[in-house]
Amino acid sequence: MGLMFMDAVVSQRLDREFVRERRAIVRALTLTDLCLFTEARYTRHPSMTELHTPFQDHPMALEHFPSGSIMAVPARLYPPAQQ
Amino acid sequence: MKALEKQRNILDFTLSSLGRRKGKNIALVMVYTFVIFLLASVLFFTHSLKKEAALILQDAPAMTVQRLVAGRQDMIPMHYIDSIRQIKGVQSVVPRLWGYYYDALSGANYTLMVNADLNDRAGEIIIGNGVSWRSAPGKRNNQGLQKNDIIPFKTYDGTVLGLKVKGLLPFASELVTADLILVSETDFRKIFAIANDQATDLVLQVRNAKELPTIAAKITQIHPDTRPILRQEILRTYDAVFDWRGGVILMVLAGVFFAFIILAWDKATGLSAEEKREIGILKAIGWETSDILLMKFWEGAAVSLMAFFMGIFLAYLHVFLASSILFAPVLKGWSVLYPHFRLTPYINAYQIATLFFLTVIPYTVATIVPSWRSATIDPDSVMRM
Repeated sequence: MGLMFMDAVVSQRLDREFVRERRAIVRALTLTDLCLFTEARYTRHPSMTELHTPFQDHPMALEHFPSGSIMAVPARLYPPAQQ
Repeated sequence: MKALEKQRNILDFTLSSLGRRKGKNIALVMVYTFVIFLLASVLFFTHSLKKEAALILQDAPAMTVQRLVAGRQDMIPMHYIDSIRQIKGVQSVVPRLWGYYYDALSGANYTLMVNADLNDRAGEIIIGNGVSWRSAPGKRNNQGLQKNDIIPFKTYDGTVLGLKVKGLLPFASELVTADLILVSETDFRKIFAIANDQATDLVLQVRNAKELPTIAAKITQIHPDTRPILRQEILRTYDAVFDWRGGVILMVLAGVFFAFIILAWDKATGLSAEEKREIGILKAIGWETSDILLMKFWEGAAVSLMAFFMGIFLAYLHVFLASSILFAPVLKGWSVLYPHFRLTPYINAYQIATLFFLTVIPYTVATIVPSWRSATIDPDSVMRM
């Protein structure tokens, strides 16, 4: 158990530089989202998505990308009554 | 006849024996019911959704052509129609105009679609049932919108356009038309500030369905910025995705299911002293090992069937009456946001049989095998304990 905590502390120290680097890239390139799911544009950029993107194919379309069930819908997209 | 009478007597005895250990058995039935409820909910939901999608989309356009700009759908120029119509095998190309409108007053989202019948009646609209209720929150007597009522639309240039309701779409079509507003082309272009030479997408009819992939390939050759979507692709997509979504949940539930099997096995192998004494007494008064096994079989069957029927019934209520509130975000994905639908129950004997073989059979096997060991106990040694 002790070794586990010790390894975690050491790894955090070693990774600090990488985190700083990633933050610098985000700042320099003005990025807004993590690259987690690339199959649909609303799961690639959930923070930038507009309400209707998942239903762009045709009216009354059902959302149909598998990652849609793993990535939850951002709360800001819900109408005020459902939030 | 005598054999039947024997079975009936053993069943009678089994049920009264189960009643003597009420607390333990009720707890077991509850856990078992819950496991079946979870599995049945997933099966019912995915099957009904797939069936619903397949039935409704059977009549979707054979091919829809969209234009993409920087990977996003964009308006398609009308002059694309001429070049696409020239392709051999294409019967007709019709532009569609549709879009989404957020009504800040009622906080609802509507689908606006141009209907050719309204083109010579600018200023009039036909609305779906959902719209009639959501657009009229301030109306007296809690009435929905009626004929000749006016809905204000905020156009993209900031002005307000009032459109008069000239009719309501039939209530029976609510699943696909609840949020639909049919407008004239003039009003649609005015609301969204869309130029006259542009459409949302194009729909094609072709003479021979087998030529669809060839025609789609030709379209992308002539217009590389387009994306043809075939009806078969839409149908296949829904089929595959809802299988996948159901599979994800079943994978998660597999752990619960195996935990339950272990519990059932443990319960059957670790007979309590009281149960052992009962078996000992039964054997002492003349029951044979086969009778004890039969009793254990009926015990397992009674528990299994009770849990099975209760679990299926609860799953049915959960999926079709409570809109699967437990799994909705995972099974529906982002559809929780927008098309509000209630599923039509499509269940069949195959699903019920699958559930039966997945749940009742493993439980019965898990309990009957260890029961054989207890059935061969020496009555004398048990009663001395």
